[in-house]
Amino acid sequence: MEQAELRHWERKCIQEESPRCTAACPLHVDVRTVCALLGQKRWDKAWATIAKTMPLPGVLARLCDAPCRDACVRSPLGGGIEMGALERFCAKHAAPVAPPRPLPSRGKAVAIIGGGMTGLCAAWEMARRGFDVTLHCQNPGGSLLDLPESQLPRDAFLREMENLATLGARIRTDVTIDSTLLDSLLETHDAVFIDSDAAPLSLTDLGQPDEITLGTLHTGLFASRAGETSPVMQAAAGRRAANSIERFTQGVSMVSGREQEGPCATRLYTNVEGVAPAPAIPAGTGYGEEQAHEEARRCLQCECMECVKNCEFLKHYKSYPKIYVRQVYNNESIVMGTRQANTMINSCMLCGLCETLCPEDFSMAEVCLEARRTMVRKGTMPQSAHEFALRDMAFANGDRSALARHAPGAETSEYLFFPGCQLTASAPDAVEAAYADLRQRIGSVGLMLRCCGAPAQWSGREALMDESVALLRSQWEELGRPKLIVACPTCLNILRDRLPDAEISSHWSILRALGVGGESVTSAPLAINDPCGARHNPALLEDVRALLDQLHIPTVEPKLTGATTECCGYGGLLAEANPELGTAAARRRAAAADEDFVTYCAMCRDMLAKTGKRAVHLYDLLFPVGGDPGARPSPGYSARRENRARLRERLLTELWRSTGDDASLPHESIEVRFTDEAARAMEERRILKTDIQKVLLQVRETGRCFHNSETGHSLASFRPTVVTYWVEFEETDGGYLVHNTWSHRMRIMGGQA
Amino acid sequence: MSMIRIPEADVTGWQCKTCGEPLVRKPVELKYLDSLFNVELPVCPACNMVLIPESLAMGKMRQVEQLLEDK
Ligand code: SF4
Ligand code: SF4
Ligand code: SF4
Ligand SMILES: [Zn+2]
Repeated sequence: MEQAELRHWERKCIQEESPRCTAACPLHVDVRTVCALLGQKRWDKAWATIAKTMPLPGVLARLCDAPCRDACVRSPLGGGIEMGALERFCAKHAAPVAPPRPLPSRGKAVAIIGGGMTGLCAAWEMARRGFDVTLHCQNPGGSLLDLPESQLPRDAFLREMENLATLGARIRTDVTIDSTLLDSLLETHDAVFIDSDAAPLSLTDLGQPDEITLGTLHTGLFASRAGETSPVMQAAAGRRAANSIERFTQGVSMVSGREQEGPCATRLYTNVEGVAPAPAIPAGTGYGEEQAHEEARRCLQCECMECVKNCEFLKHYKSYPKIYVRQVYNNESIVMGTRQANTMINSCMLCGLCETLCPEDFSMAEVCLEARRTMVRKGTMPQSAHEFALRDMAFANGDRSALARHAPGAETSEYLFFPGCQLTASAPDAVEAAYADLRQRIGSVGLMLRCCGAPAQWSGREALMDESVALLRSQWEELGRPKLIVACPTCLNILRDRLPDAEISSHWSILRALGVGGESVTSAPLAINDPCGARHNPALLEDVRALLDQLHIPTVEPKLTGATTECCGYGGLLAEANPELGTAAARRRAAAADEDFVTYCAMCRDMLAKTGKRAVHLYDLLFPVGGDPGARPSPGYSARRENRARLRERLLTELWRSTGDDASLPHESIEVRFTDEAARAMEERRILKTDIQKVLLQVRETGRCFHNSETGHSLASFRPTVVTYWVEFEETDGGYLVHNTWSHRMRIMGGQA
Repeated sequence: MSMIRIPEADVTGWQCKTCGEPLVRKPVELKYLDSLFNVELPVCPACNMVLIPESLAMGKMRQVEQLLEDK
């Protein structure tokens, strides 16, 4: 990832943007944090948070007219948060806070003329930045001193004047404020600021100061714009002057990057769906503890997190995309040391939900897929992450499973049925029935059994993907470029992308057009589970619903459905690279509906079934093979392979009257059975029956193994290629009963297989 | 890896079937992605066949494998 790309993505995620209150606040007080603290009754900490940002907090907090309130996201839901009243409560009830510690001296002197709110705040802001500040005025505070005691107690005012002195600002009242003074201050100081509402008119006759810089026609002389009556806007003018003088004395641009000073816009998005209205607590003559607590609790703690709230993966890593994309970037830059984000990058389901939900279209899928491709290119992709899935793809495309033929007896194909390798693995009988149905109803339909290449795509293996697609294309061309009928939504996406010149329909649109009918197989409603691959395919979403309607099946929709559907946990090979998280994602989806699910992706069906959720594939309803389809277990990894291979064998013999062309391999003749525990270990550890047969064949041939006299079990290992498999077994009549199995990738040096 | 001790309980009862010998602890070299480790493992003293118990394979070995893959 280039730096520019990192910046591009970081800018897109607006989670760190200010909430509306803080953006609207001329001083950018952290209202959200203050409310959170008040909500925990941490009054002193809340006040310290306010005082950190606010000049003369004991004064300003009592006078602020709270423009944040009308900007608050709560406004239409009971009224904006009464931050003005909350600040007054804090100023009154919380322990006083010492002024901030000023930065080291800059060796620059600034003079201020006029001691109203603006001038005092400018003095405060500049003193804390390390300027040598002298304030010239006859009556510090000016009209503030006319306010009634109830609004601004004299004590509070004097305490902040003391704090101002502690910050290092000097106040000179023994001067005549006139143009002679101004001229001499301009001579002796690095900059001068005039509080235009508190200085004699003769001095403010400089023309209107610049809106952004408050600069005047006289270099080094700054002035506030006269006539500001809002105390917090006056304070903001004081801060603006301080910012300008800081830039001026540093000799940097006076104007660039100042959009965020004063009230500003924010891009933060906060979803208020489901937020109940709650009326504001009336401020009356001031809040007590209970009222302040209750009011602060109305704060929504605005943030975006739309994607994180709805994605198990994003939630799991406890942050949000702006942070994640930086971790991905850093991960790529590591030359020596551990790449800690590898598993994170391999855990995105590439499902696209985040992009659909994000107000700014942030695509974590794009970030993670690109990162995987880079890892593959650089050779830093962990070997084990996708190996099993890629082996499975190789098997699906190998001689035992793959097939490409015209319909039996046909020389050409108008159509070509492409059921996809997972549907073939999960429901081979239904695939056979579906193919028969197509041949019967539309005639010359060829068959292609193979994998679309999704595992290569998802694992970032571009070369492998190209190779796989090239082979698919050549077979398709050899069959005369027939129109493709595709059942799996992921295959559909991939084929449409990689065979743009092919005419491709989903099996569901064909079935919808042909019509399906019959008795409703269920009267209880089914919840529709759209696979993530169907998200951007409105026609497909509609076809499936129409089909269910033709079948008279009542349906319900989970909360996240259609374009915002959730992934089952298999997408992006999550279930392979990070099995625990894959299971968590599947459980989350399973919990999205109380009803049984109906879906049209074999992996969704099986991932849901594995969690114990009842789920049927549409094929189960259209091409029933008996039994209770909702309870059909997900075939294990070995069975998936066997299902593909057997389907191919069966179709070849029964439809094409040709004998299977491959002799079985020696290890396949080993008779083997598994205890439940062994079967579980095989699934969890991705150990196939054939792997175990290879170990046992070696035992049969060499006799080499360990033996346990207590249990009567034997133990042997074998390393076909890059993984060593261990099998704990018992010999039975003519075969083996396997009790346990495990594996490792480390090699034992010294010749042990 | 060098700190690995395999609990006795994980290998009790096993002996080499081919040689009929009880297993002894011996240093064995394990290799993964260009990294070599020397570990004391149960081995047949006659034919040098090494036993990797489940606890080691699925525990520490797996951790180290993943760590090396992330290097
Ligand atoms: S709800 Fe809270 S965080 Fe959101 S705008 Fe209002 S005060 Fe600010
Ligand atoms: S799993 Fe899906 S929703 Fe979550 S980050 Fe990846 S693409 Fe986005
Ligand atoms: S939806 Fe997610 S990625 Fe988009 S702005 Fe919000 S937190 Fe950031
Ligand atoms: Zn031996």
